[in-house]
Amino acid sequence: MSNVATTESTVVEKPTFKNQYENFIGGKWVPPVKGQYFDNISPVDGKAFTKIARSTAEDVNLAIDAAWEAAPQWNNSSPTERSNMLLKIADVMEKNLEALARAETWDNGKALRETRAADLPLAVDHFRYFAGVIRSEEGTVSELDSNTVSMNIWEPLGVVGQIIPWNFPILMATWKIAPALAAGNCVVLKPAEQTPVGIMILAEMIQEILPPGVLNIINGYGLEAGKPLASSTRIDKIAFTGETTTGQLIMQYASKNIIPVTLELGGKSPNIFFSSVMDADDDFFDKCLEGAVMFALNQGEVCTCPSRILVQEDIYDAFIERVIERTKAIKLGHPMDPGTMMGAQASNDQYEKILNYINIGKEEGCEVLTGGGAAHNDGLDGGYYVQPTILKGNNKMRVFQEEIFGPVVCVTTFKDEAEAIEIANDTLYGLGAGVWTRDMHQAYQISRKVQAGRVWVNCYHNYPAHAPFGGYKKSGIGRENHKMMLNHYRQTKNMLISYDKKAMGFF
Amino acid sequence: MIKRVLLTEKAKEIIDQLKKENGELIFHQSGGCCDGSSPMCFPKGELMINEVDVWLGNINGCDFYMAQDQFEYWKHTQLTVDITPGRGASFSLEIPLGIRFVIKSRLYTEEESKQLEPIRQGNEEPG
Repeated sequence: MSNVATTESTVVEKPTFKNQYENFIGGKWVPPVKGQYFDNISPVDGKAFTKIARSTAEDVNLAIDAAWEAAPQWNNSSPTERSNMLLKIADVMEKNLEALARAETWDNGKALRETRAADLPLAVDHFRYFAGVIRSEEGTVSELDSNTVSMNIWEPLGVVGQIIPWNFPILMATWKIAPALAAGNCVVLKPAEQTPVGIMILAEMIQEILPPGVLNIINGYGLEAGKPLASSTRIDKIAFTGETTTGQLIMQYASKNIIPVTLELGGKSPNIFFSSVMDADDDFFDKCLEGAVMFALNQGEVCTCPSRILVQEDIYDAFIERVIERTKAIKLGHPMDPGTMMGAQASNDQYEKILNYINIGKEEGCEVLTGGGAAHNDGLDGGYYVQPTILKGNNKMRVFQEEIFGPVVCVTTFKDEAEAIEIANDTLYGLGAGVWTRDMHQAYQISRKVQAGRVWVNCYHNYPAHAPFGGYKKSGIGRENHKMMLNHYRQTKNMLISYDKKAMGFF
Repeated sequence: MIKRVLLTEKAKEIIDQLKKENGELIFHQSGGCCDGSSPMCFPKGELMINEVDVWLGNINGCDFYMAQDQFEYWKHTQLTVDITPGRGASFSLEIPLGIRFVIKSRLYTEEESKQLEPIRQGNEEPG
C-alpha cells in the first residue's frame, strides 16, 4: 500500500558525510583505541552512510584525562570568557544552520521542516541564553550579625559526564553542554548510538572556539562507552536523558561515587480539552486542534509527546471529528522534502516497538480512529515510517500508560474537572501536560493540580529557553532549559567570615 | 499454570550466546522515553533488584523483573521476549550485536487469568 507520494524535485540534496568519524578528545580527532567502528544507519532509507567510533572504557578514560587536563584553567575561567565562547558557538551554528539541519535530518529521520524551524534555532538560542545569564547573575551575601558575613560563591563541579538521547540529538546535546560549560565545567559527552553524527559535525565547526579538552565527545554503545563513563570515579556529576531502567542504573553507579545525578526519563503526558474550547469555531479553536495533533511532532519521539488526549465528554464527538480531520491532513513524506510534516522513526527497533503497541492497543479493545499501521514511503522502502494513529480507549489500557514514543495518541473522555485530574494523574510519570480552556480560573486550578513539571496552558510543545523543564514522579530529577540548571552543575562555596577580633570563649 | 513471560526461539539463541560471554543474566522491563518499554538484559547483580520490583517468571534461566508500579498496568498481558534487528540505546547486553530484545504482548483469556504463575517480590528467593 502506497499512501505517500514524494515529489523528487522538492527533496533537498542529501548532505555529504565523511566515511568515518573519530572521537573528539582534547581538541583532536582521535581514533578509538581498539580501532573498532559501527555503521551509522539513516532511518530515511535504512541504509548505512558513515562509520562511527565504537569506543570502550579506554577511550572514555582518554576523554576524562583530557577533560582533567583542561579543568584547572577552565574551572577558573571568567564568566565573560565563557560567555563569549558560547556566543561564538551560537553564531557558528546559526551560520551553518542549513547544513546542520540537513545532517540532523539524515541522521535522525525527522522532517527537515522541524530541524530548520525548531531543533537548530532552539539550540542556537540556548547557547545565547546561557551566555547571557552567567553575565548577569550574582552570588549572595548575608550579614548574619554585625560581625559575621556569609558569602556564597558558585564553583564548577570539575568534570562532568553527559549521556544524551537520539530524538533531538543536537538540541539535547545543547541542553546539557551549554549549562555545564557556562557553569565552568569540562564535559565528556556520549551521544546516542542511533544518532551520533550531527553532533560530530557540530564539533568540527566549533572545535577552534573552546580550549582543547573542555568539550570531549566519544561515541559508542551504551554498554561499552556509556557505562564506563557513568560509573567512572573521575567524574563529578552524571546527566542522563533516556528511560527508567537505565536511569536507575545510572543512579546506582552514581551512588557508589556519591555524585549528583540529573535525569530526564520521559512521560505519558495528558493533553486536556475542556468543553469551552468549542464555544466558538475561531482562531483559538484552530489552535486547540493543532495542539491535539501535536502528538505527531517529531514522529511522536518526544519525552513530552501529548500522547493522551482527554476530552470533556459533551464535546467529544464534534471535537474528535475535527482532530481526525486534522490528523489525516498530516503530510508524510521524504524527510528531506521541506513540505513533509512527518518523517521516519529513528530506528528499526523503535519502528517495531510502535507497531507492537498499536497491536496491543487493538487487542485491548481500542478503536482505531485513524492510522493504525506502518506507512509506505515511495522510493524509501527500507525507511521506518508509521501512520499518525489515534486510538480510543480507557486510561487503564497499556497504550495509555506506556511511552510508545511514536505518532500514536490515545483518546478518552472525562465528565468533570475531578475526573480530568484523576485520569491525568493516573500515570507513573509527570513530565508534561496540556490544559486547554477559555475559562481562566479553570486554567489555573487544573494546571496546579496536574502532577507534571511543565503544564502548557493553551499551547503545547513550546520550549523557549528560560522556562524550566523537568519531571515529577518517575520522569526524573532536575530542571533543564533554565538558569536553575547551572546549580545542578556547580557547588556552593560558603565563606563564613568573622569580623570579630575576640575569641569565642570556649577554650 | 500459565507463564507470564515467554520467549521466542530467536531470543533464546541470543540469550544462550550472551550467557556464554557474561554468565548469569536477568531481564528488567524498562519504562519511559527513548528506549523505554523495552526489556533490558544485564548480568545478574548489575541492577539492584529489591521489593519495589516484581518477579514475573524465568525465561531460559533468566529471571524477569519489572517495577511494581509498572506491573500494575501490565499484569493483564502475557509478554513474549523477541528479537528485532536494530539499534537501541541503553546498557542492555545485546545491543552491540546489532539487535534488540523487544516485547510482544497479548491479553490473557479469562480462563488463563485464573491460572497464572504466581509472582513474587524481587527480593524474595524462588520458593
